[in-house]
Amino acid sequence: MTEILKDVPVLFGRHMKHLVRIPEKLLGVTVMPVAYVVVFGILFGSAITVPGSDYREYLMAGIFTQMMLTNLGNTAQGVAGDLRNGAVDRFRSLPMSRSAVLLARTLSDLTLAVIACATMAVVGHLIGWRTHEGLLPALGAFGILLLLGWTMSWIGALVGLSVRSPEAVNSIAFIIVMPLTFLSNAFIPLDGLPGWLRAVCEWNPISAVVAACRELFGNTAAVGEGAFPVQHPVAVSLLLNLAILAVVVPLAVRAYRRATSR
Amino acid sequence: MGNAIEAEGLHKRYGEHQALRGVDLAVPAGSLLGVLGPNGAGKTTTVRVLTTLLEADSGRAVVAGHDVRTHPREVRRRIGLTGQYAALDELLTGRENLHLVGRLHRMGTGAAKAAAGDLLDRLDLGDAADRPVKTYSGGMRRRLDLAACLIAGPEVLFLDEPTTGLDLTSRLTLWDMIRDQLAQGVTVLMTTQYLEEADQLADRISVIDGGRVIAEGTPDELKGKVGGERLEVTVADPADVPEAVRALRAAAAAEPSVGQDGRTVGAPLSRGMESVSEAAAALHTAGVRPVEFAVRRPSLDDVFLALTGGSTREGGEPTP
Repeated sequence: MTEILKDVPVLFGRHMKHLVRIPEKLLGVTVMPVAYVVVFGILFGSAITVPGSDYREYLMAGIFTQMMLTNLGNTAQGVAGDLRNGAVDRFRSLPMSRSAVLLARTLSDLTLAVIACATMAVVGHLIGWRTHEGLLPALGAFGILLLLGWTMSWIGALVGLSVRSPEAVNSIAFIIVMPLTFLSNAFIPLDGLPGWLRAVCEWNPISAVVAACRELFGNTAAVGEGAFPVQHPVAVSLLLNLAILAVVVPLAVRAYRRATSR
Repeated sequence: MGNAIEAEGLHKRYGEHQALRGVDLAVPAGSLLGVLGPNGAGKTTTVRVLTTLLEADSGRAVVAGHDVRTHPREVRRRIGLTGQYAALDELLTGRENLHLVGRLHRMGTGAAKAAAGDLLDRLDLGDAADRPVKTYSGGMRRRLDLAACLIAGPEVLFLDEPTTGLDLTSRLTLWDMIRDQLAQGVTVLMTTQYLEEADQLADRISVIDGGRVIAEGTPDELKGKVGGERLEVTVADPADVPEAVRALRAAAAAEPSVGQDGRTVGAPLSRGMESVSEAAAALHTAGVRPVEFAVRRPSLDDVFLALTGGSTREGGEPTP
């Protein structure tokens, strides 16, 4: 355990140097979120109305959540890149902790998510987004968002180690993230959907996270009837994320132990 | 001193492909074993098993006194590995790369910094130390990669084709570093496609083909296996060749053969210098004037071709 504590900061430092040296990466967590808020918030927010709520406020939780999902691709890309260029071989030949590499990678990508959240919160505020439940619930919402981001990173690590090719990783990440985003309540209320589709969307873990954020931000339309996850979004999103982590983290660490470049 | 590397009956299968079929190796501490073999012979798989990156299906391997299967961490503490492709972080500088590896070897910040600075100077990378690795040439990357595997002072070094694709200057620098390590008592296992390299550096050579060791010995022993010295006579005019063949026949241990250029006649010698003087006299009497008259010992290339049935040429990698 103490070995992880020594190795993770060293590797974390490596990733932070990368962040400074790849301008695109920094743009990804600053300009991209701004674009998301402006495009979805202003364009969609001006065109659509949701009964009982300001659509612009309603959208913000969805935009935050969508940004967290991009962590899957980021981490998968980083891990596949390390496999490709031999860094994984080098690390595995060193007397270091086996879990440290993935832990440092996911924590670095979590740091990117923090930067992205902060940027989006500021820009959201500028276009009129407000929270209505006070500071602590709002911070709780960000906690749930970052937990989702971290979960997505671990799934990304598993994807990167299994797919191995940095080129293929992007398409795989898109195939996973795309339905998670759009088969959810991130951008639309689910009330008007046909029954079966509504059930799918309501049980999508992403919907629980979005609903939890709306509740904690106070950006929610009146809670109507709905499936269990929609009724208890905070508890469900926490439990689902932790359950996914409990499965994915051991799988990713196992995949790393067996991984060999080429 | 015992063996720093010992492997017995290593087997490894990837799906349908049997990569290793019982590899046995023994490398005495402080010596260099050259592992030769064509592409796909099992060299890299062997290195991966010995460096704990890959678990063999069966067989046993002990490196630096520890079993790779039961005590991989102890092995990793004592080894350095450079793979076929320099495993460096392109975005970090040379110094940062070494520092990273040193820290992950649990060296203190100060010790890692000092060791990194020292290695960068010794490998002629001092000027480039603070530039990102992506600006490095192929030779510089290989030298930095070697530095990364030396930083923690390993007992056993694994070099997997360390000079493939390098220019002569970089190759010589690497050879010097390797000799330097040997002088300090480090044990080295080096795979290579370059027979000259093995000839220059190796105390012993193992030739691997089809996943098993097909020959083992000192470079001289291996050369001895293909035969003794040969006399090669080159004439200016191809018309003189039949005359030269007739003249050499008496001195040679076997029927002389004509080389592909149509002007060189070669023959194995049976009685050393005595045969050489006989051959020279016979050529003189026959009135043949050679432009070249040379006694050659078999090269490792000859050994290699004889042992592997010429499969080395399929790889398309030219020997230097």
